[in-house]
Parts: sequence; structure tokens; C-alpha cells
Amino acid sequence: MTDRFMLNRRQLLKTSAAGAALGLASASFPISRAFAAAATVGFIYVGPKDDYGYNQAHAEGAAALKGIEGISVVEEENVPETVDVQKTMESMINLDGASLIFPTSFGYFDPHMLAMCAKFPDVQFRHCGGMWDKAKHPMNAGSYFGYIGMGQYLNGVVAGHTSKSKKLGFVAAKPIPQVLLNINSFLLGARSVDPSITCQVIFTGEWSLAVKEAEATNALVDQGADVITCHVDSPKVVVETAAGRGAFVCGYHANQSPLAPEKYLTGAEWNWAKVYKMFVDDLIAGTPLPNFTRGGLADGFVKMSPLGPAVGEPARKQFDATLAEMMKGGFSVIKGPLKSNKGAVVATEGQAFVETAIELESMDYLVEGVVGSTA
Amino acid sequence: MDATGIGLWGVPLAILGGAIRVSTPFIFVSLGEAITERSGRINLGLEGTLVFGAMTAYAVAVMTNSPWLGLLAAAAAGLCFGLFHGWICKFPKVNDIAIGIALMLFGSGLAFFFGKPFIKPKAPNLPAIPFGAWSDIPQVQAALDVNVLFLIGAVLSLVLWWAFRNTRAGLIVRVVGDSSDAARAMGLNPNTVRLIATGVGGALAGIGGAYLSLYYPGSWTERISSGQGLMAVALVIFAHWNPLGCFAAALLFGGAGALGPALQSVGVTQGYYLFYAAPYILTLIIMIATSSPTRSLAGAPGELSITR
Repeated sequence: MTDRFMLNRRQLLKTSAAGAALGLASASFPISRAFAAAATVGFIYVGPKDDYGYNQAHAEGAAALKGIEGISVVEEENVPETVDVQKTMESMINLDGASLIFPTSFGYFDPHMLAMCAKFPDVQFRHCGGMWDKAKHPMNAGSYFGYIGMGQYLNGVVAGHTSKSKKLGFVAAKPIPQVLLNINSFLLGARSVDPSITCQVIFTGEWSLAVKEAEATNALVDQGADVITCHVDSPKVVVETAAGRGAFVCGYHANQSPLAPEKYLTGAEWNWAKVYKMFVDDLIAGTPLPNFTRGGLADGFVKMSPLGPAVGEPARKQFDATLAEMMKGGFSVIKGPLKSNKGAVVATEGQAFVETAIELESMDYLVEGVVGSTA
Repeated sequence: MDATGIGLWGVPLAILGGAIRVSTPFIFVSLGEAITERSGRINLGLEGTLVFGAMTAYAVAVMTNSPWLGLLAAAAAGLCFGLFHGWICKFPKVNDIAIGIALMLFGSGLAFFFGKPFIKPKAPNLPAIPFGAWSDIPQVQAALDVNVLFLIGAVLSLVLWWAFRNTRAGLIVRVVGDSSDAARAMGLNPNTVRLIATGVGGALAGIGGAYLSLYYPGSWTERISSGQGLMAVALVIFAHWNPLGCFAAALLFGGAGALGPALQSVGVTQGYYLFYAAPYILTLIIMIATSSPTRSLAGAPGELSITR
């Protein structure tokens, strides 16, 4: 062999880095291509669309559009939150003729989606999350999100009744406001049953790290937590590991009860079908799409998994009563007097933040009773 | 701490348990790569082989309801990937690193393609041996549930270490890895030896994948590996191509990886990103401590394209 094809060690490292990057890029391949119909709607997922979690919830919503006359749906999964998503959006617009795009992952918004908004002013972009701000962002962009913290509160109610050790566990990805609200809601739901309950949180630092999530679940069970829930992209590993260790689990994103039928208590699920149909109805009718859409249990944006066989009668009663209360609207999870786990007052006596309160979307604290830190 | 938790004891226990649980894929992939690299070739495609092995094992286990058949299928699939790499690389002017990267992408892509229908169903898991049965503490029992593959990996690393030094086969692999010319003078065909070495390496990586999907974390998803195959290839250099070193490095990596979650679970909640970086910081420190400006890495096979 000639020297021309030889690599030195430094080149090897460079090549392997490039290879890793390519590996990520190649993970994204389009899963359906359709010719432009009356309107084409594009969905972009950060992971596989059958992950028992975040992406599956969105894909189920997208699937609900497929029967609608004149609407064709294009989807792409495993798209990293890098310049790759810009390429995906461009190809959905240029090749598939998409006029409405849902980039569903948190990290797609800034700068990727905003860049595309500027480049294609005629295309509508709606991002899942709470980032859109009328003062800062273009009008063909927008945000939609659901108040799923309510669902975690209900998870907490059932967990509080079920837990014997009075210690709950939470496997969380990153300390962003939506995750913190879920953790706080879960604990406060449990504390509505027994104020002595605590919740241990472990941040894995990434949305999807199967082995680390399994390690985190094991560590929580080792410390005596007997009901586990999570906020990661795919709760599959957490649910299976916790159930394998004999702990009960509350689901998140989608229904994970098939993974652990005996140990699954209930779960907070998205109901994106409702939201996507709403947008598409507007698109067909030719009315401007809303830029900022929010909804909770009462609006049908969020739903609960059916209660599992391990849920006792008192838990069932309180669950139903709390759910009925929430369905009336105006329920507050965060209400005073309430302190953060660092001792700062987050709500004074008589102060209450209803689910729609904008303050909740910039949450940066964990409430008293949560063992964990936001940084 | 209350009676149900085990408090600060959770940290050493988690590191021990984590070392046993997390290290197995690293052990198999790095042992496989050690064999391949000792014969003078680098197979960077083991990440793809690992993912494909995970998928194959899970799919076959679902279909036949036997995790052992799944394991066998994963090894066979890994063997095919390895032989393919070895076969292509025997042609002149073919760069083994480039082929490895191609196979890494190919293996992952193929696994995603065939793996779609197997994300939902549940496969039977590989059995574990309860070495913790002597203890009344459930946490200790859980940490000492040792999977048979871990034990096989441990024995294998010993056997390989011994075999490289003391057997004819070990000598053949080493001489081919150190000097093709010397090997040819001995009447050996370097390409055949490398073909076999790469094939065996691939089979071991496939077994590592089977461990991921059939034991820990124990399910097939497209995000199952998160780069463990690549890390394991790097571990081989870290371990100076010594099978026992590979085993130790894998244990170190597994244990260090468990540190972050374990510390958070006992209430050390500040700076967890730093703890998650522990394995990599450790690697850097050891690499710097053992490096020398005057000689190449000890134990590096002479025919490797990165050392030649």
C-alpha cells in the first residue's frame, strides 16, 4: 500500500469525529414522501416516532390528520437539533410543498426555525414549546403547548396514595421550566395526600440517554423511592427498569402501561391530535393560524392514562375529584404559602398561579420537598 | 436517612453495580477491537455492529422467545459485518478507517430499518446470577445481580491475555499485526489472519449489542447505544491493546458513569454535569500520565495505519 492512503493518529481522530457527525446525520431519513395536495403539513421529530414517548405522542397527533380530505402529511424522524433541521424544513417546503410545519422539538426553535421563518415568509411554522414572543419573533412563527403539569399533579396524587416509603423518584432530562414545573407538580400532588412525602430528582443532562436513565432509576430505587416517574423523551427504559426493580411507575408523554401493566399507576399524556386538527381546520378555512396556543386537561390538550390495577380506592376517589376540579378550569398547582427547596418564597399566602399563568413558564426553582438542584 | 434508603452507602454500591451493569458492552466491543487491531487493522465500524447486534438479538429473541438464540444471531450478524470489513480491506489501496466509518453508518441505518417493527414488542431477557443472595438488603442484591455475559467477558479477557502471549494463534495474530513482511516470511497470509481477526472482533461487538438490548437497559430503541461502540474502540488505545487493560478500562468507565446519578440520589445535587464528565476527565488524566513525547504508545501493533 502507498503512503498516500495512510493516516496518522491526528487524522484518525478527525476522521472519527467526522464519522460521528455523519452518523447523526445519516440517522435522519425521510419516512414518507407525498405529492403536494391541497395543503401539505410537515412534522419533524427529534427521535424515532415510536419511542413510547415525546415523539410518539406527536406522531399520533400527525396520524390523526391523515384521513382529512386535501391534507397530506410529511414526516421526518431522528432529526438532530442542528443545521440538519433547517435542511429538513427546506426540503419539506421546496420538494413537498409544505405550507405548515411543526418542528416538534424544543431545540429546533432558535436559531433554526427562526432562520426558516425569515427565509420563507409564506410558510407557517408552529413550534412545540413556549418560546414565541410577539415582540421578538415573526408572525409566521408561533408556539403551542399544553399544561401537562396538571397531569403530573394527578400522577402525584396517585403516587402519594400508593407510596409506602413516602419517597418518590423523578428522572428528569434538563432543568428547563417545563421540566421543573412537572417535578414540582408531581410532588405537590403527592403532598396533597401526605405533606411528609419527598421527591428525589436526578437530572441526566440529555433528553435521550438509555443507559444513564436506567442508572438513574436504579439509584432512585436504591435510595428507597417506590414510585418513579420521569420527564425524558422516551420513558420506556425508566418504566421497564423501575418495574423490574419492583417500584410503581407513573407515565409521561404517552401511555406506557403495556410495558408494565401491573406496576403502571397512571400517566400524563399529550393529546396532540386535538391541537393539530385545530390548526389544520384553520388552514383549510383560510383563517389566520393562532400564534400562541395553550390548553390543559379541560381543553383536551392533555389526557390521563386509565388508572392501573394497583391503584387503590382512596387514590381513585381523590384522582377523580381532583380531575373534576381541574376540568372546571382555573386550577392552581403552585399556590401560597410555598417555598422553594432553597428556602426562598415562591408564593405568598393567598397567592396562586393558575395553569395559564405566564410566570410558570419561566420557573427556575424546585419546591420544598424536592431533593435536587436546578444547576 | 430513613430505613428504606441506604444513604451514602448507595454511592460505592452504585459505582460497583454500575461498573458491572454498564461495562459489559464496553468489554466485548473493546476485546473485539483489541483482536482486530492486534492483527494490524482498525475497524471503526463496531458502533454500527453494536447497534445492529442489539437489534438482531432483540428481534430474534422476540420471534423465537429465546434470548440465547438472539445472542447467537447477534454474534453471527457481527461476524458477517466483521468479515465484510476484513474482505474489503484486503484489496490494495483500501483504507480500513474509511471502510469502518462506512460500516458504522451502514450498520446503524440497517438496524433502524429492520428494527422498526421490534420497538413495541417485549423480548425475554438474558438471565442474571444473583450473587447478592447472601444479603438481606435488596439494594445489594440488585447491584450484585451479575449477568452471565459479564462473567464471560471477564473470563474472555483473561483467556485472550494469556492466548496472545502463550499460544500459536496469539503469536500469529501478533506477528501479522507487527510486520506483514515477517508474517509472509513465516508462510502466513496476513489478509486471511486479518479477515478472521476482524470477523471475531465483529462477533464480539454483536454480543455486546445483545447485552444492551437483552439485559441492560434491556429494550430495543434507536437511541440504545449513544456512542458506546465508538468509546469502546477508543478504550483499546487507552488500554494499550492489552485485553486485561480493556477489561479494567471498561469497568472504570462503567463505574465512573454511575457516579453522576448515584451522587444526585444521595443529595449531592450541585454540579452534576461535572460528575457526568468524570469518565472522560479520567481518560484524559490517564492518557496524559502515560504518554511520552519520545516513543509511540507502548504495545501498539506496528502494522496499524495510525502508528505506521
